[in-house]
Amino acid sequence: MADISANFLGIKSPNPFWLASAPPTDKKINVLRAYEAGWGGVVWKTLGSQVKNVSSRYSAVDYGGHRVMGFNNIELISDRPLDINLKEITEVVKLFPDRAMIVSLMADNNRAAWHKLIQQCEDAGAMGFELNFGCPHGMTERGMGAAVGQDPQIAKMVVEWVMEKATIPVITKLTPNVHSVVPTGRAAVEGGTNALSLINTIQSVTGINLDTLVPNPYVAGKSVFGGYCGPAVKPIALKMLTTIAQDELTSKVPISGIGGVSTWKDAVEFMLLGSTTVQVCTAAMKHGFRIVEDMCEGLNNWMDEKGYKTINDFIGKSVEKITHWEDLDINYHHIAHINQDKCIHCGLCYIACEDTSHQSINLAYGKPYNTYSIKEEECVGCNLCQLVCPVDGCITMEEHRVAPEYINWKQWQAEGRALNDH
Amino acid sequence: MISNNRLSSQQYEQNFADIHPPFETQDAAMVEANRCLFCYDAPCMKSCPTSIDVPKFIKQITTENIKGSAHTIFSSNIMGAGCSKVCPVEKLCEGACVYNLMDEDPIPIAKLQRYATEKAMSNNWQLFQRKASIGKRVAIVGAGPAGLSCAHVLSRQGIDVTIYEKESKGGGLMTYGIAAYKVTPQFCEDEVNYITAIGGIDIKYNQALGKDITLQQLQQDYDAVYLAFGVGLARQLEIPGEDLKGVEDAISFIYELRTNNYASLAVGDKVAVIGMGMTAIDAATQAKRLGAKEVTMVYRRTQEEMPCTEHELHIAQLDGCNIIWLAAPKEIKGVDGKVTQLVCETMQLGEPDASGRRSPVPTGETIVLDVDMVIKAAGQMPFDALVNSNGIENKNGKVTINNAATNIVGVFAGGDCVNGGKEVVDAVQAGKDGAAAISKYLGISN
Ligand SMILES: Cc1cc2nc3c(=O)[nH]c(=O)nc-3n(C[C@H](O)[C@H](O)[C@H](O)COP(=O)(O)OP(=O)(O)OC[C@H]3O[C@@H](n4cnc5c(N)ncnc54)[C@H](O)[C@@H]3O)c2cc1C
Ligand SMILES: Cc1cc2nc3c(=O)[nH]c(=O)nc-3n(C[C@H](O)[C@H](O)[C@H](O)COP(=O)(O)O)c2cc1C
Ligand code: SF4
Ligand code: SF4
Ligand code: SF4
Repeated sequence: MADISANFLGIKSPNPFWLASAPPTDKKINVLRAYEAGWGGVVWKTLGSQVKNVSSRYSAVDYGGHRVMGFNNIELISDRPLDINLKEITEVVKLFPDRAMIVSLMADNNRAAWHKLIQQCEDAGAMGFELNFGCPHGMTERGMGAAVGQDPQIAKMVVEWVMEKATIPVITKLTPNVHSVVPTGRAAVEGGTNALSLINTIQSVTGINLDTLVPNPYVAGKSVFGGYCGPAVKPIALKMLTTIAQDELTSKVPISGIGGVSTWKDAVEFMLLGSTTVQVCTAAMKHGFRIVEDMCEGLNNWMDEKGYKTINDFIGKSVEKITHWEDLDINYHHIAHINQDKCIHCGLCYIACEDTSHQSINLAYGKPYNTYSIKEEECVGCNLCQLVCPVDGCITMEEHRVAPEYINWKQWQAEGRALNDH
Repeated sequence: MISNNRLSSQQYEQNFADIHPPFETQDAAMVEANRCLFCYDAPCMKSCPTSIDVPKFIKQITTENIKGSAHTIFSSNIMGAGCSKVCPVEKLCEGACVYNLMDEDPIPIAKLQRYATEKAMSNNWQLFQRKASIGKRVAIVGAGPAGLSCAHVLSRQGIDVTIYEKESKGGGLMTYGIAAYKVTPQFCEDEVNYITAIGGIDIKYNQALGKDITLQQLQQDYDAVYLAFGVGLARQLEIPGEDLKGVEDAISFIYELRTNNYASLAVGDKVAVIGMGMTAIDAATQAKRLGAKEVTMVYRRTQEEMPCTEHELHIAQLDGCNIIWLAAPKEIKGVDGKVTQLVCETMQLGEPDASGRRSPVPTGETIVLDVDMVIKAAGQMPFDALVNSNGIENKNGKVTINNAATNIVGVFAGGDCVNGGKEVVDAVQAGKDGAAAISKYLGISN
């Protein structure tokens, strides 16, 4: 049995799965249920000044019959009185001292407000803080949330205020609503943050009601941009995470990865790209807290299979595998191969390649089943056919190097070698 | 004893309820529609005799473009609604669905087709508009699937169509032959009305060719004639005792069933059904559903050679019909002119015959079944007298065609009267082929 526990700046949790700051961590009742289900920790729903929410609040993108592939919301930070939140935090920590209790903060934009909030939360029993510099809606209009996260200078200043006061670890949560998360990440590290987390939600319009012509979510005939999250944002989150994990400065602090984590596999990917813990919101909102069971078991089994004893054995292992395009090996080549025994003759590979790629698949007419085969000399190895094939392992990409030696684009160009081979 | 009124009205209703119920909700249809892979040059489409673009109409269900979906179906098959209820899909589209190759259940294509077409019919979406009349007139004989399909295509092109139908209702065997638990009389009527709503199609009922009208007259009055009168007469067994009371042919048995209320229909206690085709299955299951205590099907070959599909066999078996393989009827015995026994000779399989199936050879032994009713489903015979008397070239009564044209100039034919009896969907395609040939003959470029 592998050890799946996490140690994040001294904050321990029995597993690396935390609930992100959001409705699942909004109240004692939710958090107790989460802990009973087995979650390693929570980031308590963001506390700050008093706000008022609207109705409705959420909308989603469904795809191919699957609900909530992407999710968006226009909710604000906690709309419950601060003293109730603090009291509940104390009670929860007492009942579950072995779980991580991070409290998310978004104070008014002045030093005194931040200091006061930090004091109150530390007194309540918080083990760490997460600074919410990411909320893309509602709070920015008040100079908070993403308004802070989008301006590295302001971010640095606020982090400095926080670091003056805080005696427990501080994580700065980054907004993805910037062209690069690195400048704010660096500013936060320069300001003294102990760790980073990312991503918060991405501004979005999920869709429009074609009867009323009002976009979602609907509030009295109007809508606003909502924060997008869920499985749809995972690839973007992973990319942003990578840029933080690869930057000289930001890579020095631990990272908590967020954005579309739904399964143990997603979590492992975030960890391979440098996250020590991962945070989950949408998946829990869609399925409830019970999903953590398989997350723990799946992670455990995978680690056993691969021989990893602790999560530190694999955290960050894929970071160096993402390189620059100009460093890729141009002599590498692979060609699609169709396993005729597995093929179900759906023709999806053919039409994809024929219409939109390189006309590299041959169709031999049959009634009712056509036979498809690869024209090896035409195939550029783009993967499209393999990606669209509905049968697992039916199309494989087989390595056929053009030449044994490594050569990258810069060398290729320097040698004046031929271009446009297709 | 042969008697009617065997069951309560509730039991009748239950026994003849829709055998393939529709999707109850849009969500249910969506789950299945979303499973469809949207295959290219799809095997299901190639296995539909009318070549309905199955992936396209299913995709249109997933995008909630139900009108478009129905249009896709009806453009290839104007009886797409009826076909969704009666097609033997396990040997057509669904049998070819690629999911079979993954050992997964195929997409329920017919059920999805029904989903879209039912919406179109119940909302009375008229998805086709006929061109203005071009002054050409075509007569069609028979308002069955072939005739109606031909009529619809012709009318779309602005041709004025008159259909002469010997019965008082349209739909052909859809209305008079197909099992009652597949389609209701109301549905058949609605379908005919939905098809003819395009306009330009005038059905004259109770008009039989050879009795009320002549081919000569039609040739004179119209620019072209399309023969779609199907096959009619039940084949005789040519064994002693066929004239005893209690011996019926399946076609008339089902005709009665489709045109009367269930309670009025008489059925025996112990019924023997001869044959193992679709008609035999329908007769056996419906006899059982009318309240017969025991139904036994006898077939002279084995399950390997049976003409019905496995799926149909299962319907009969699930209804509790007994099946005796390798038994050929030899004689029907009776007392006081009423059936009491069916004597069968047991068979064994010999060499393959012309159809490639191993032919049964008598063993010399006989078995005797105590029965009070015998339903013969030994196939139907073409209207050879009608065909011959009009000088139409034919093969054993089946009209010979070349690209839908008969040997008589301006006279075309298709459907069961040509193929000797296949499925509704084949007749619909034949109607389309006939319309294309007629348009060409009339010099209409389309
Ligand atoms: C018992 C039984 C069950 C069947 N079950 C199925 C099934 O489940 N699924 C399926 O797909 N197929 C089934 N079929 C086959 C299917 O019904 C036929 O293939 C199809 O109806 C043929 O269409 P058609 O238009 O060629 O002929 P028909 O449907 O036979 O239509 C011919 C029309 O012409 C009329 N007519 C005949 N003679 C004359 C005349 N002299 N003058 C004027 N009008 C005339 C008839 O009254 C009829 O309306 C079944 C057939 C039978 C007998
Ligand atoms: C309804 C809702 C409310 C949220 N509220 C907060 C919040 O108060 N503070 C915060 O830092 N993030 C908030 N988030 C963002 C999540 O913490 C998380 O960063 C984001 O949803 C991405 O993770 P996911 O893809 O697992 O949902 C909220 C998200 C949702 C869906
Ligand atoms: S890898 Fe790309 S180019 Fe090659 S056959 Fe597949 S789709 Fe076509
Ligand atoms: S996509 Fe896969 S299963 Fe479909 S035809 Fe191509 S190789 Fe066969
Ligand atoms: S073969 Fe099956 S999966 Fe493919 S298009 Fe037809 S119904 Fe859909």
